[in-house]
Amino acid sequence: MICQECEKRPATLHFTKIVNGEKTEFHICESCAREKGEGLPGTANGFSIHSLLSGLLDFEPGGTAGAGSAKQQTLRCDACGLTYAQFSKMGRFGCSQCYAKFGDKLDPILKRVHGNTVHTGKVPKRSGGKIKLKRQIEQLRRDLNEQIVREEFESAAKLRDQIRELERKAAEG
Amino acid sequence: MSKRSFARHALSDWMKGTGPDSDIVISSRIRIARNLSGFPFPMLATNQQAREVMERLTAVAESGRLSGLGHFDTIPLSELNELERRVLVEKHLISPNLANESRCGALILSSNESVSIMVNEEDHLRIQCLYPGFQINEAWELASRIDDIFEEVTDYAFDEHRGYLTSCPTNVGTGIRASVMMHLPGLVLTQQINRILSAITQVGLAVRGIYGEGSEVQGNLFQVSNQITLGQSEGEIIENLFSVAKQIIEHERAARQRMLEESRLRLEDRIFRSYGILSNAFIVDSKESAQRLSDVRLGIDLGLIEDASPQVMNEMMVMTQPGFLQQLFEEKMSPEQRDVRRAELIRRQLHRKPDHGGA
Repeated sequence: MICQECEKRPATLHFTKIVNGEKTEFHICESCAREKGEGLPGTANGFSIHSLLSGLLDFEPGGTAGAGSAKQQTLRCDACGLTYAQFSKMGRFGCSQCYAKFGDKLDPILKRVHGNTVHTGKVPKRSGGKIKLKRQIEQLRRDLNEQIVREEFESAAKLRDQIRELERKAAEG
Repeated sequence: MSKRSFARHALSDWMKGTGPDSDIVISSRIRIARNLSGFPFPMLATNQQAREVMERLTAVAESGRLSGLGHFDTIPLSELNELERRVLVEKHLISPNLANESRCGALILSSNESVSIMVNEEDHLRIQCLYPGFQINEAWELASRIDDIFEEVTDYAFDEHRGYLTSCPTNVGTGIRASVMMHLPGLVLTQQINRILSAITQVGLAVRGIYGEGSEVQGNLFQVSNQITLGQSEGEIIENLFSVAKQIIEHERAARQRMLEESRLRLEDRIFRSYGILSNAFIVDSKESAQRLSDVRLGIDLGLIEDASPQVMNEMMVMTQPGFLQQLFEEKMSPEQRDVRRAELIRRQLHRKPDHGGA
């Protein structure tokens, strides 16, 4: 994780502050922390955590700052009504639709927080059936290629049939 | 009334001072955050929506689907007074957030208190499994089974690319927070702790005080947890935490051994001085109590103090908290009165013989 202040050194200090239920997290390196003076957790009015988090969430990929912030003022989730400006202030989404609505703007944020933007873990058994099916088909295709390289055509044919079957299932939804 | 037994008896399973590496790892915890699709997150939900989420989720417990995993009680937060909520926080069974702010919040609690499921916290559903000692894999397996049971009958907010969608961007993806609570007096006394903590944060892990985010480190207890929830599988996250914690355990054991070899007299003086004070003092504030309990616990783990069990110490860490003290003595107390009661309680417990000959 990179320091939010200098954006160069790795962040070694991680803080969370909860004020009236409003949670903010920030990640900075030691030299920036020292430069900013006291301001570490427990001290009242040092380092502005809000400015740090807002800085993180306002991060505008590619675009010019002015145009970006104007657009971002009006960006709003249709499902829950949360605006992007409110989201950057609170650091929380209003509903699951916000993820789709705020779309590409999230990648740089997630990248900074997690170093990644794409989930590779558990998938819900029931509602995630299609995704599981997709992952399964991908795996079978890899196996199929392997069998073909090894000239194991009989088992390759079996795999091919399995893939067709799964693809039919996937198409049916 | 059995539903409220959590407030009466001190001992959750995780405080028993048992389990692998329990001389250093107090407890292992997994928390999974999930949300129902089609409902705003609790922060923006209307009362009606929050109530519906609560009804749907508590219905899963009431339907008996969890019964293969033990006995569970459903406790609406609205039925608990402020003190009872505080005791739940002090026992690590609910978060401060659920205790203070939740609308239509509920707790689904297993009778041994190793599973606590929070409804309408920051997310609709937070499944927490808490084990004594170093059992992070076991905690994950149980939490994942409970997750599957809820998923059988509820539609989770899930996205192919982002994973499980959560209220806070720091939880999205797997939604899991895996943490181990470690007692590290050796590393603190030998002044290696800062170096180790900064190394920990470089590998995607975070260190916090024992009452979670924003809390202070007390009594040399550190909570080490994963920071990243997106882009790594649950297995990778847990494996990473496991191997780092294993190394910290080894460093801590080495530090304790070195202190015994190189400065035994000073170490014994420190430990027995704290033991003496706790056994005899009439006023002890929470900071002193945490520090001295840490010394005594170290003395027990090193075999220097033989007539107290580690279980007593784990219990004391919780029972000497403000909410618990007031619940136990059934009176509302000022901080000064608590310091007197705290001292009284610790004296009493230290003079009590170990329950089953120590651990």
